[in-house]
Amino acid sequence: MNAATDSHHHASMSLQDVTVELDGYIALTNVTFNVGAGTLMGVVGPNGAGKSTLFNTIAGLLPVGQGSVTLNRVDLRRGALAYVPQRDSVNWRFPVNVMDVVLMGRCCRLGWLRRPGRKDRELVRECLCRVGLWDYRSSLMTELSGGQRQRVFVARALAQEASVLLLDEAFSGVDAGAQEVLVEVLQALRDEGRIVLLATHDLNNLSRRFDQVLCLNRHVCACGAPSQVFTPEVMEELYGVQFSMDGEG
Amino acid sequence: MIDFLLAPLEYSFMLRALVGAVLVGVMCPLLGAYVVTRNLAFIGDALAHAVLPGMALGFMVGINPAIAAVPTGITVAMLVRAVSRRAGLSADTAIGILFAAMFALGLMMLSMATNINIDVEDLLMGQILAISPTGIYVSLAITGLVILGLFVFHHWLLFTSFDPVGSQVIGMRTSVVDYALLVLLALVIVIGIQAAGVILVMAMLVIPAATAYLLVGRFISIMLTAAGLGTVASVAGLYLSFHFNLPAGPAMTLVATGLFVVVASFRRRVFA
Repeated sequence: MNAATDSHHHASMSLQDVTVELDGYIALTNVTFNVGAGTLMGVVGPNGAGKSTLFNTIAGLLPVGQGSVTLNRVDLRRGALAYVPQRDSVNWRFPVNVMDVVLMGRCCRLGWLRRPGRKDRELVRECLCRVGLWDYRSSLMTELSGGQRQRVFVARALAQEASVLLLDEAFSGVDAGAQEVLVEVLQALRDEGRIVLLATHDLNNLSRRFDQVLCLNRHVCACGAPSQVFTPEVMEELYGVQFSMDGEG
Repeated sequence: MIDFLLAPLEYSFMLRALVGAVLVGVMCPLLGAYVVTRNLAFIGDALAHAVLPGMALGFMVGINPAIAAVPTGITVAMLVRAVSRRAGLSADTAIGILFAAMFALGLMMLSMATNINIDVEDLLMGQILAISPTGIYVSLAITGLVILGLFVFHHWLLFTSFDPVGSQVIGMRTSVVDYALLVLLALVIVIGIQAAGVILVMAMLVIPAATAYLLVGRFISIMLTAAGLGTVASVAGLYLSFHFNLPAGPAMTLVATGLFVVVASFRRRVFA
């Protein structure tokens, strides 16, 4: 078993009564939920439901106004948590190739003065093989499709040896086939004991592939297995319209 | 042709100028690669103008202006963020205020220093042919420091430049990296000002890097190609200046611009 695939990730994460105020309005109210190790959780809700705010709070980019975010049994060293960015938070003018991006995942392990060595490069190779992009290692990020870019960021999270992965709107601009490939990669990470949280405003067939779904609309409308939470009542609370999971609202 | 190249080197001032030109040609474009890809052109220009009071003070108290410019550049680089945070203004606005205020202060100080002989035009346009041995030593010291800084911070700079949010999430103190980049930029500007002057140092920061951005793919290749193009432009500009009695800063700028025009006429960068 190698470094990229070992199963030492046994994090569990818990949010307790988290309230976040953003520019004078309450963006999240009393958000409480738990995610156990080895869970692929979808965070769904309409635009403006606070999904990005929730992720930014978990990631430590926004202060928790009230309540607490805890990562149980996670080694709280830097880098326990990885973030797959939204498309527009990345500076695409900055020309890096796939290998450069995955090596960035080693930064927090290397510190200021150490340079990436052979072991780091070997790990990066394993991570890229796992997401099926080793052959693209020399390609510039701008030459890849949306789905491939997301997989590079997932490989970076693997190189970082993160226990918790946050993917904010990872499916936007990604076609159905590429979404399927991405979900398969995420399921494999889940099987190793990692926590994977994926936010999407788009309720599509993939929603059924999550182990757990958190329905968010500034507060938790429901949280549990897809079959339990995708009820007409919850959908109406989320989107304000009658909603059928087989079709559109 | 050999004579064209070797004749100027019989003069010690030309040898110094050649060393100065190579340092400018390499160092400004190395940092320029960050300026072009991180949209730092405005702050680069502002830093160049804002070191004027430091240089003026250097003249007034008899210190080499290049040495006096170093702390001024670093201070202004630090102040930009502080002013923008404290006043709740955008960084661009803070830069605009500091840029204008510091430049005005520098001009005011120069006009008051009536007892010393300063050619303001040399400060604004650069005078590489008059670069002193001390100026060369300062440039060499700064070159060593900046290359060390770029090497140490390389991976961190790549991460924060490409994905600032992701780098923050892993616990990287992005503001420290941003400050470090501005300090390196301020230092390189001090080298550049001696050759190209306050106004045209911008050209050496931006034009070779922009040309390289059109030619090659990866960031590290852009840095190296830009340094090569910058050296060609600065050395060619120096020779043109010597042989045809032209001002060196504008000659370097126009050679760099010529290279850019040639490349831009057949290459276009496609991104995202």
